[in-house]
Amino acid sequence: MPSTIRVRAVAGDDSTEVQALIQHPMDSGFVKGHDGKLIPPHYIEVLTFKHDGKVVFTAFWGPAVSRDPYIKFSFKGGKKDDDLGVSWIDNLGKSDSSVAKIMG
Amino acid sequence: MRSGRLYRVGFAIAALLGFVSLARAAQAPNPAADQRAFQAYFRSRFPTVKLADFGNGPYAVNALMRKQWEEIMAFPPYDFALDAGKAAFAKPFANGRGYADCFPNKGIGIRQTFPYFDTKTGEVVTLDLAINRCRIANGEKPLPYQVGLMAAITAYMAETSRGKAFDIKIPDDPRALAAYEDGKRFFYARRGQLNFSCASCHVQAAGQRLRGDILAPALGILAAFPIYRSDWGSMGTIDRRFTSCNAQVRSVPFAPQDKTYRDLEYFLSYMSNGVPITGPGARP
Repeated sequence: MPSTIRVRAVAGDDSTEVQALIQHPMDSGFVKGHDGKLIPPHYIEVLTFKHDGKVVFTAFWGPAVSRDPYIKFSFKGGKKDDDLGVSWIDNLGKSDSSVAKIMG
Repeated sequence: MRSGRLYRVGFAIAALLGFVSLARAAQAPNPAADQRAFQAYFRSRFPTVKLADFGNGPYAVNALMRKQWEEIMAFPPYDFALDAGKAAFAKPFANGRGYADCFPNKGIGIRQTFPYFDTKTGEVVTLDLAINRCRIANGEKPLPYQVGLMAAITAYMAETSRGKAFDIKIPDDPRALAAYEDGKRFFYARRGQLNFSCASCHVQAAGQRLRGDILAPALGILAAFPIYRSDWGSMGTIDRRFTSCNAQVRSVPFAPQDKTYRDLEYFLSYMSNGVPITGPGARP
C-alpha cells in the first residue's frame, strides 16, 4: 500500500520548517452515510514527528480535524540530509509511519 | 402588364429563396470558424494570458488565487489519487490483460486525444467511457463514474499526458458534425430554474466572482480534469462537474456519460484545441 504520509522539511538557519499531508478519512462519528446510518468514528489520535531520536512535535488529534489533514510547524535544529520520522496512530489502532530527508 | 407583374412577383420569390439559401449557408456548422472565434474571444478578454495557461483555469486569470495555488501545489491534494490510479492502471485484470492493452501507446500520453468521434459506432467516446468499455471487454465490472477509482485512473492517464495540447478531430462524417452541434447547442442553451447556460458563467462572466469562486474561462476548462476540489473534499471527473453544474442552476442533471454530456465534452475539448493538458488539477 502506498504511504499515507507526505512530508516536506526544509532546514533554515537555526530551525527547520516542516509541512505534512496525511491521507485519512477522519470520520467524526457524527455523520450519516448514504444508508442513513452513522459512519463509525475513525480518526487519528496521535501524530508524532521525531528528529535525531527525539520527539520534536506531538499532535493529539480528534474528531474535529478535517479529512486528509495538513500540518505545518517548525522546530529548532535540524540540518540538511537529517532524517525526520513521522508516525500516526488512530482510534482503531491502525498506524503508518514514514521517514523523510530534511532538505537544505 | 399582367405578365410584367407576374414577372416581378416571380423575381421577388426567387430573390427571397436566394436569401434563404444564403442564410442557410451562413448557419451551416463550421467548427473551425467557431473555434477561432471562441479562442479569439478569450484571448481578447484576457490579453495577458497565454493560450497554454488557460489550462490552469481560474489561476490563469486571478493573481491572488494563483499565489495560493502555488503554495497548495507543494502538496498537491490529488497526489494520493494519483498513486492509487497508477497502481490500479498497472494491476492486470483477472484474464491477465490490462488497461494498457486497450489504448494506443499503452495508454500513456493519450489524454489529449479524448474525447474522439468513433466513426464505426457513430458516437463520441470519452476517456472515462473507454476505460469502462475496456473493463467490460475484459470481463470486469464497469466502474462508477464521477468519483473514486475512475477519477484516480483518469488522473494518472492525464498526468502522463501533461503538456500535450488538446488534439480533437472532427472527422468528415455528418454524425460527428451533429454531435459537435449538439454539444454546442447544450453549451449555449439556458436551462434550470436559474435560467443559466454553461456560457452564462464560463464565457460571459469568466474570471468574475460567483460568490467565493472565480469562474474559470471555458477555454481549456477540461484540460485540468479530473480535479481535486476542496469544496468536494475529494476527486471528481468531468461527469461530476457537469452534473453538479447542472444541479447548481437547478436543472435535472443527465446521467453520467449521457450522450448529451459526451457531446458537450466533445464540443468543449474541440474549442480548447491547442491548450495543453494540465490534469489532474486542484481547484478550491
